Amino acid sequence: MYEFVTGPLAWLSFMIFFIGVIVRIVLYIKGLDWQLDRVAYMEYKSYGFKGAVRSILYWLLPFGTRGWRYYPFFTTIFFVFHISLIATPVFLQAHNILLQERFGFSFITISECTADILTIALLAAAVFLVLRRIALPEVRILTTWYDYLVLAIAAAPFITGYFAAHEIGNYKFWLILHILSGELMLVAIPFTKLSHFALFFMSRAQLGMDYGIKRGGMKSKGMAW
Amino acid sequence: MAQGKYCNREKINTLEQLQSLLSDTNGKQYYKEMEDLDVDTELLANTIQKTLKQKSRIKTWLEICAHCGMCAESCFLYLANDNDPEQVPSYKIQSTLGEIVKKKGQVSTEFLIKCMDTAWSKCTCCNRCGQYCPLGIDMGIMFGYLRGLLFNQGFVPWEMKIGSGMHRIFRAQMDVTTEDWVDTCEWMADEYSEDWPGLEIPVDKENADILYTVNAREPKHYPEDLAEAAILFHIAGENWTVPSEGWEETSLAMFAGDWEACKLQVESVYDAMKRLNPKRMVVTECGHAYRATVIEGPYWAGLKSGQTPIPSFHYVEWVAEALRTGKLKIDPAKKIKEPVTYQDSCNYIRNAGLADCAREIMSYIAEDFREMTPNREHNFCCGGGGGFNGMGRYRKQRNAGLKVKRDQILATGCKLVISPCHNCWDAIRDLEEVYEIGIRWSFLKPLLIDMVIVPDHLKPQDEEDE
Ligand code: SF4
Ligand code: SF4
Ligand code: SF4
Repeated sequence: MYEFVTGPLAWLSFMIFFIGVIVRIVLYIKGLDWQLDRVAYMEYKSYGFKGAVRSILYWLLPFGTRGWRYYPFFTTIFFVFHISLIATPVFLQAHNILLQERFGFSFITISECTADILTIALLAAAVFLVLRRIALPEVRILTTWYDYLVLAIAAAPFITGYFAAHEIGNYKFWLILHILSGELMLVAIPFTKLSHFALFFMSRAQLGMDYGIKRGGMKSKGMAW
Repeated sequence: MAQGKYCNREKINTLEQLQSLLSDTNGKQYYKEMEDLDVDTELLANTIQKTLKQKSRIKTWLEICAHCGMCAESCFLYLANDNDPEQVPSYKIQSTLGEIVKKKGQVSTEFLIKCMDTAWSKCTCCNRCGQYCPLGIDMGIMFGYLRGLLFNQGFVPWEMKIGSGMHRIFRAQMDVTTEDWVDTCEWMADEYSEDWPGLEIPVDKENADILYTVNAREPKHYPEDLAEAAILFHIAGENWTVPSEGWEETSLAMFAGDWEACKLQVESVYDAMKRLNPKRMVVTECGHAYRATVIEGPYWAGLKSGQTPIPSFHYVEWVAEALRTGKLKIDPAKKIKEPVTYQDSCNYIRNAGLADCAREIMSYIAEDFREMTPNREHNFCCGGGGGFNGMGRYRKQRNAGLKVKRDQILATGCKLVISPCHNCWDAIRDLEEVYEIGIRWSFLKPLLIDMVIVPDHLKPQDEEDE
């Protein structure tokens, strides 16, 4: 079982993930239409580029935009959630040992203690995200079961990983579940809302180009996000 | 398929059709018929298929919206309606356009009426929410698209259908003909020439420096606005002209979602540019007009550059330039002394980047300029955008929507609001009427005329002898 989930299944899910994400990006770019979108993308590439970079960078920066500053509590949770979500798996020692063994390279790693903190932070943030959905009428009205499902898919590798790492219960069982849930997330990214993993950059870039080229970018210092 | 006498999918292309629709007072019969108007689901499905399925960002936007609710408080209508969750931008679009897409156009008449009510009374396409969404999802754009779908199906507010029909027939949002327009120009030049010797409103002069274009309301209801523009150009020594045709900048067709009429309208202006070969165009103090003709227009007309055939400027740009270069000089003694605030029009500030010139103007003309909060690109819609001012069916909702601007103005402590946008100007006038907070409002032109130093050679003869 372990061999299967870390072998062919891992390959398959990584392939689906990479190809899927690339296809999403390519389709997004192919879907641009200067006349339908009403933005002359090709005519003012430098203005478009500036606007796009501006739009992405400001929004990647915690509290970098008015939107982020307006909801400080949510923003903190949001960044904790997303930073942990990406940093933990990429820099985890155990993952990097695997990388080194299989592909001969690895990233810098974080200590196990840091990984634990990030994991717990992520799970706590996830709980807050759920509570927020239930508590705030303006979020409740938007929420569907699908939002919870997506959140569960994202949180599952962390819960199972934590259990496995701390050998709570049956190590083998949690490890396999951890790997499976990680693979499920990879596969889900191109096909669900999790596609915003990549499409965030596309959509932000596009609105950035829109503001950079058409809506004032050529007549002002650029959109004050 | 059932179509009404007044309410149907047909476009208004003849005077007869227009008059018939106008004869149905307040669209009473029109809205009654709408309840039985069939949905052309095939057309709807095809249109979505064509524009949504393969192209454009809208499908992705609907799909990736994280349902985070960060756009909620960015919408002035959400705030004005006591944080009603049904006014959350994302909810508004998901529950209308989102459903149409999900159901592949298989929706009912009742549903499209609900969509119409949402599209025209719960969104002014001010594009503010797009600025607060972490994923860069712009509901204003999507509502514009939804309006187009609804227009094609005949589910469009009565006034909007008339408005776009006006553009189709008169190339103006009102029934102002070429003769009416040219007459008004002559009449105004005449009327004011005693006080302003040599005052002219040149029509169809070729190779002028400035082609000046207006909002049809000006010749129709406020001809002095035209005279004021002429006086200021006269004082500034501009070589300018107005076109006999293609003089109208506004686009109720844009509010209606009638893209075909939008194209016809802007092309009439672009034709004037080509015909008269001016160096640049200056647009009167109107926000949506500028957005329609200068920002969106080139795309409707299929101009790949995304630019109007000649460079185009909003009135605030011209005023800022005239003050900066000294073409217009302000008498320091006549500057506005009382506290004064400025209404940032979404259409040329957020959607065209002209916040700075507005501030520059204020630095010349006001001693105590006070900003509203928030301001510049983050301003709130006045409450009257996107056609909201002009639809009887949504009067109540419009009036409720004015509250945010009312409170913003009150917080500045100013009694005077400068508003170089016809729609905002109207909304602020109406908010005073509804809420009576004791404010005044003004375009730039009349204020400037009271403040500028008039060169001696332009003054009437007898005054000089004094
Ligand atoms: S575009 Fe403006 S009015 Fe429309 S939903 Fe967004 S913020 Fe509200
Ligand atoms: S802020 Fe953006 S992602 Fe969040 S609910 Fe609104 S539209 Fe959706
Ligand atoms: S009427 Fe004025 S404030 Fe309202 S949307 Fe239009 S420009 Fe913006």
